[in-house]
Parts: sequence; C-alpha cells; structure tokens
Amino acid sequence: MPLFQKIFFAVLLVLTSVPEAQAAVFNPTTFTLKNGMQVVIVENHRVPVVTHMVWYRVGSADEGPGETGIAHFLEHLMFKGTKKRKPGEFSQIVARNGGQENAFTSTDYTAYFQTIATDRLEMVMEMEADRMTNLVITDKEVEPERLVVLEERRSRVDNNPGAILGEHINGALFLNHPYRNPVIGWEHDIKALDIKRIMAFYKRWYAPNNAILVVAGAITAEQVRPLAKKYYGKIPAQPPVVRNRAKEPPQRAARKVVLRDKRVRQPSWRRSFLAPTLQWGDKTHVYPLEVLSNILGGGASSRLYRRLVVENKTAVSSGAYYRGDDRGPGRFVLYASPRGDVTMDALEMAVVAEITDIIKNGITADEVIRAKERMVAEAVYARDSLSGGARALGAALASGLSVDDVESWPDNIAAVTAKQINEAAKALFDNNRSVTGLLLPARES
Amino acid sequence: MFVTRFLRPILTGLLLIGAGPALAINVERVKTPGGLEAWLVQDNSNPIVTMRFAFRGGAALDPKGKVGLANLVASTMDEGAGNLDSQSFQKTLEDKAIRIRFDAGMDNFGGQLQTLVRNQDKAFDLLRLALNVPRFDAEPLERIRSQILVGLKQDEESPHSIAGKAMREALYGGHPYGRPADGIPESVKAIIADDLRAFVSQRLTRDTLVIGIVGDITPAKLAELLDATFGTLPAQGTDWRLPKIRANTDGRTIVINKDVPQSAILFADQGLLRDDPDFYAAYVMNHVLGGGGFTSRLYGEVREKRGLAYSISSGLNPRRASATTVGGAGTANARVHETLDVVKAEWHRMAENGVTNDELKDAKTYLTGAYPLQFTGSTRIARMLVGIQLAELGIDYVKSRNAFINAVTRDDIARVAKKLLDANRLVTVVVGRPEGLPATR
Repeated sequence: MPLFQKIFFAVLLVLTSVPEAQAAVFNPTTFTLKNGMQVVIVENHRVPVVTHMVWYRVGSADEGPGETGIAHFLEHLMFKGTKKRKPGEFSQIVARNGGQENAFTSTDYTAYFQTIATDRLEMVMEMEADRMTNLVITDKEVEPERLVVLEERRSRVDNNPGAILGEHINGALFLNHPYRNPVIGWEHDIKALDIKRIMAFYKRWYAPNNAILVVAGAITAEQVRPLAKKYYGKIPAQPPVVRNRAKEPPQRAARKVVLRDKRVRQPSWRRSFLAPTLQWGDKTHVYPLEVLSNILGGGASSRLYRRLVVENKTAVSSGAYYRGDDRGPGRFVLYASPRGDVTMDALEMAVVAEITDIIKNGITADEVIRAKERMVAEAVYARDSLSGGARALGAALASGLSVDDVESWPDNIAAVTAKQINEAAKALFDNNRSVTGLLLPARES
Repeated sequence: MFVTRFLRPILTGLLLIGAGPALAINVERVKTPGGLEAWLVQDNSNPIVTMRFAFRGGAALDPKGKVGLANLVASTMDEGAGNLDSQSFQKTLEDKAIRIRFDAGMDNFGGQLQTLVRNQDKAFDLLRLALNVPRFDAEPLERIRSQILVGLKQDEESPHSIAGKAMREALYGGHPYGRPADGIPESVKAIIADDLRAFVSQRLTRDTLVIGIVGDITPAKLAELLDATFGTLPAQGTDWRLPKIRANTDGRTIVINKDVPQSAILFADQGLLRDDPDFYAAYVMNHVLGGGGFTSRLYGEVREKRGLAYSISSGLNPRRASATTVGGAGTANARVHETLDVVKAEWHRMAENGVTNDELKDAKTYLTGAYPLQFTGSTRIARMLVGIQLAELGIDYVKSRNAFINAVTRDDIARVAKKLLDANRLVTVVVGRPEGLPATR
C-alpha cells in the first residue's frame, strides 16, 4: 500500500507542473476553511470519478533525532483502525465501493488518496476526516506492520546496490540538513519506534490547519464546499507547528562516495550538486536551472546524451535532473554509465568536459528557445490525467509553495534567458558543493 | 506495491478486463477509404491526440538464435527514418513534444503516438516514416544494442529478474514463452540490420494491425491520417499464430542462491485463456485470492496478520497460447518457508472451498465499481481500445463487461478454482538465501 516516493515524485512534479504557453496550468479553485484547512478543486469531467487527497505538511525531514522513518511508519499505520472503525475496515469499505486508494511519504509531505465514483466522495471524506484525529493503534497492529516496513526497506534499499549508494550520497551531500536521512528511515530507528512516540508525532502534525484537501475530477467547487465544511470543517484547529529543521552550513569540500558490491554488473557514475530551490538559496536561479537540466540532460537530443552516448561512445546512458521544488536545499544531478571498457576516469572527464564547455562558452540562444518550447508544450499533457493536477498542486502547497507557483510555471519558464542560465550554471557547478558517487563491481580477488 | 518484471505481463492482461459499465465513453468505429479500421473515443477536453496500435505476433515469434529481435526493432525504429538520421529524428520529436514509442511484448508488437493537435500532421508523418522507411543506421543500431546488453547484465543484479527468468524456463522450457523477450547476449549480438528490415516488411502488416485513438480529432481527419500513415504497409505478413501449450506446473521448488537479505519469491499454477468461457470466474476468484488492493486473502494473511512481506499479490497471465496464475512476494530469508506455507495453504483453501458469499459480493462491487477508474487518462483508454480488439471482445465490450462479472456464481468459482489451483502442483522459485527451504531440484 503505502509507497514512499522521493526522487520519482519530484520528477513527477516537474513534469506535471508544466502548462500550455502562457496559460495557467490546472485552473484550480481554492478556499480555506475556518479551522485553517486549505481546499483545492481541479475540475475534470471525462468520467464520473474523483480523486480525493489529503496532504499533511510533514515529511521525513520534520522528524526528530532517533526517529527517522516515523513519518512513513505512521503513514502505514493510518490504514489501521480508529475509534469508530476496526483495523482494515477503511480499505474494505473503499474496495467494496469500487474505490482505489494509497498513500505516500516524501521528505516534505505525507499524502493519502482514494479514487472513486463521484457519488461516493462524501463517504471517503467522512472516513478520511475521521482518521485525521481518531487513529487507534495497539501493539497488535504495530508489530506486524513494523515487519512490513522492514521488508519494504529491504526490497527498496538492501536488495539494490544503487539504492544503498543513494543513501550514502545523501548522507554526504547534506552535512546537517535532515534530507541526509532516508525517507523510509534507518533500520535501527524503525526497530526502536514505539507507539508513544508515533502517537505524539501524529498528534503534533495531523490537524486541519496543517493539512490540504485536494479534490480532482467530475465535481464543482460548489459541490465540494459544503462537504468539506461538514466533515473537515468541524475538526478543531491545533496550535500551529513550526517546521524547524536543522540548517545546512556552507559547504567547502568536494566529497566522493564509492560503493563496491559483488552484485553490480554495470558500473555507474553520478555527481550531485547542492542547488537552490524556490524556498532555499538563490531562488532567481531556479527556473534557469530547470531549463539548463533539460538542455543538458533531458532526452535523446540533450547535450550529455548526444556527446557521450551518440558521438563519443563513452557511455551507454547519460543525463541530468534537477529538484528545484523541495522545501529545503535542492540538488542538481549529472549521471553516466560507461560503454564497453571505458574507464570511470575517462567517463568522468567526458561529463566534466561538457560542464566546462557550458561554463566557458555558455548555452546558445537557440538551445534555450527550443528547450522552453518543449517544456511549455509538455504542460498540456499534464492536464490529461485525473491525478496529475491534484498531485502537483498538493505537493507544492504541502512543501510551502503557492498555487500561483504552479500556475505561473509556464510564464516563469518562458521568461528564462540564456544569460540567466549561464549565470546559474556558474554558481551551481562548484565541486566543493558536490558529492561524486561511484557504483562499482567488487574487486576480483 | 511494486511490480516485478515477471509480473508486468499479468497487469497488461488485467487491463483487458477493465473495460465496462455505463460510462459516458463512446467508442466509434472509423473505417478509412484505404480499408483500415480504428476505434476512436473523441474527447476535446485537451488539445491532444493519443494513439495506441498493435500488430499481432510479438517476441515469441523471434527466430531461434535471434531472440530479442522484436525488442531490438522496437528500440531502433525511432532512431532515424527517411531523410532524417537518428539525431534529426529525435530532435524533431523533442522540439515538438511529440511522443512516439514502440514496444515488443511476447504476443504483440505495439506502438504509441501522443501529440498536441497543432503538431498532429508532423507527428503522424514521423510515425509513417518510422513504420515504412526506418533506417537502422549502424551508429544507432550499435548504440541501442549496447544499451540492451547492459540491461541484460543489470537483470542479473536483481533477484526478481533472476526469479522471473527461472520461472519462465521452468514453465515453458524450450517453447518461445520460456525465452526472455529482450533476448540473451549471444542472440542480441547475432542480429544484423537486414534482420530488422526483414522483420519490418514481414511482420508490420495491415492484416494484423489494430488501432485505438483518443482525443480531439474528427473521424474524417483521422481516416486521412491513418491511410497516410499505415496505408502503404504490406497487406499481408507471415503467420503469427502459435500452437497452444500447457505450462509445466509440476510442483517444483527452485532455489537460486544469492547473497541478498531478502528473497524474491515467485509462484505459478494453471490459468485460463482469455477466450475461455470461465475466464471471468477465474478473474473474480483471483481478485479474492491475491488481486489488487489491500483486501485480498494473500494480502491479509501474508502481510497484515504476519508482516511477512511488503508486496504480495497474484494475477492471471492469459497469453495467446498459454495461461497461468502467478504471484510474487519479497520476504526476509529467515521467513521464506513460513511465507510459502501460508501461500500454499491459501491456494489449497481456495481450491477446496472457493469463496464465501460475502467475498463474492465484495469482489463484484469492487470490480464493477472500479471499472470507470480505468478511463481516467488518454493513454489508458487508448490501451484499452487496443486490448479489447486484440482479444476480439467486440466494440460493445465497454458496455457489456460488468454484466460478465456480475454473472459469475460461487459454483463457477469453486469449479474453476478446483481446476486451476493445486498447491502440490505450484511451481515456486526463490532467489536469495532462504533458510530451511530444500530445493526439489
């Protein structure tokens, strides 16, 4: 059930927060209930179905010392009982009514959703509102679920050398900020979490004034308003919680992380740079960096793919991606995997040559125009799916961004100039603010 | 929940079934002057056109020694065509936000196109070039080949991929279904450009083609584009039919030693072909046993009660020439034995007693009520239109499907469960260091 999503989700957000040329993207209606709960409605009348989501402004980066994984563990336990309902009853009722549901946890938010026939919306709203404050958990539910989470960790991380390296890269990239910890948590913390701590976390963060309701589908704002009031509006607001996270100090040294594992059959190289986001660092660089990542590593005609994979034949794959939507520090990542017997040194030199070229000669105006057109056009696709808008808006609001940040995305991309990109690139590519990660096969003994 | 490589075809199979109730979805049959047929769902809510198409006959038809041919074709057809070399072709696609891709399944060779309405003429023309005059130049061919070879190497890193390979071989031995669709290193290396060209001329033909389109386009405009795009393909190709084969479910437990903390588990038994009259009974039965969501028996017993696994599910895999019921889980090495005991007990319980009245009722309300959820995006609808045509279910299927589900009785399920499920016949593959689990071979 519960998925926690990290990189995937950020990528999704970037893709889905794209709009048609200079038009708004999802055209949502928004209002706020008296208790402070924000409500967002995105209409989409293709089929008589709605997606109902509740987002909490809390993620793994809001966890305290010794409790990594608590946000995600709680997300699993939210599918157990409440004062009103037995464990498992929530899921049974949703299924019996032809609904599908899930939940996910990220560094900056936790979200729960059901997709169901529009005439069943009231029913799931009642149940979702109920579990916002009435969760009941005992050892009988917690202990098997702890084992489930440990299995989830094993399948996502321990069984996958690339994911183990990823954990180490994050640990090295963030010296002090909690993004250094995995969303799913460290194994020893997962094993040590107890009901008292989990319930304290739940009571602290799960409240209407720390939540956002998003409804997308065949429904109007006027239909949602009375229902939202009836079920969520009656829950009393809690004292506001401040998302007080450890801060990242200036970074002054290049770092390198190497994982050798006998399971690895194909080596790979990546370099992650600490990068600004709309809420951290120099935000004027954010949109230029989004365009830069598209030009540098967005697809088969991008600079990295063209040079390394097509022309020089040094790599089987190469690209770049950027997370500029996080609440805390972002990251800009370059990656490549060698072709044939190209050495890791030669591979790194080939990527670095592309970066050096950009720093020295800059991006051309033509490249910028083409990238912007592509990016803005992709936004139309984002409107096609029922959940695309709900997810983009929910993630943005729960991370601390505004509806306008999402809706004006096309304008902001369209306004980017080559000069801005070149300046942003110069500021970004400082190896003293980076971690290089190598995934290698075990040495032959 | 994650989907393993091996389980992916199952989900594709399930999509077929997800076509159904009284929806505001209107499927039109479009016949072109050139003699092509396509199913269209007009939708003007966004300025997008999405098309999915498939040619019958997939990777299972790859010649011996050239296994992976269909997959290599699918991966290189968009790497240059007509006057455009690979980079020019890709650049045009990207600059206009046109998405064209091809994919090789075991039974069918598929393709997809998505474009903004304003670029649709260009998009269909690029597709026409890729289908009719692909270049297969040396540079892209060798580049894509190297990527596929790397992918095959990486499969050896993943316990689930290793398990999938062992399961295919156990069930089908030397039959084409026993081979991986993306080939093996030796066969991928043996394929030359002429093989790709021969594939295109013999297999991408109008007699095996089905097409589904969703979006802001009129039937007249669509007919014009379809004739221009597909009309020049050869009328007839080579025979795509495969002899039927029964999966070899002989109760084996195969253990593959691998130093990982969590074992990957796959299990398989008999299934039903898509055109079997009892198919819907099997579908409802599987939903109760281990189908999607958080309410199946396997989910409850393995995950909720005992915390044995994060992912546990089962699914029907109705291929054209053979059908199985398969499932999978990931479990700590120390608890593999216990997990398999629970799975087998559930297998046995279903075979002996079928489902209860309440379970049947809940399964039906879920499966029929959730049907519209499969129509929430253009790509999903287009896939469904193609799936229904490939399975020859008829253009009214979207409307009639829920009646088939509702007609299933407890007796039907009891009969089908007894026929399909036998815990002693279940083939099990475990990749990891399972404790106290003897391999039977």
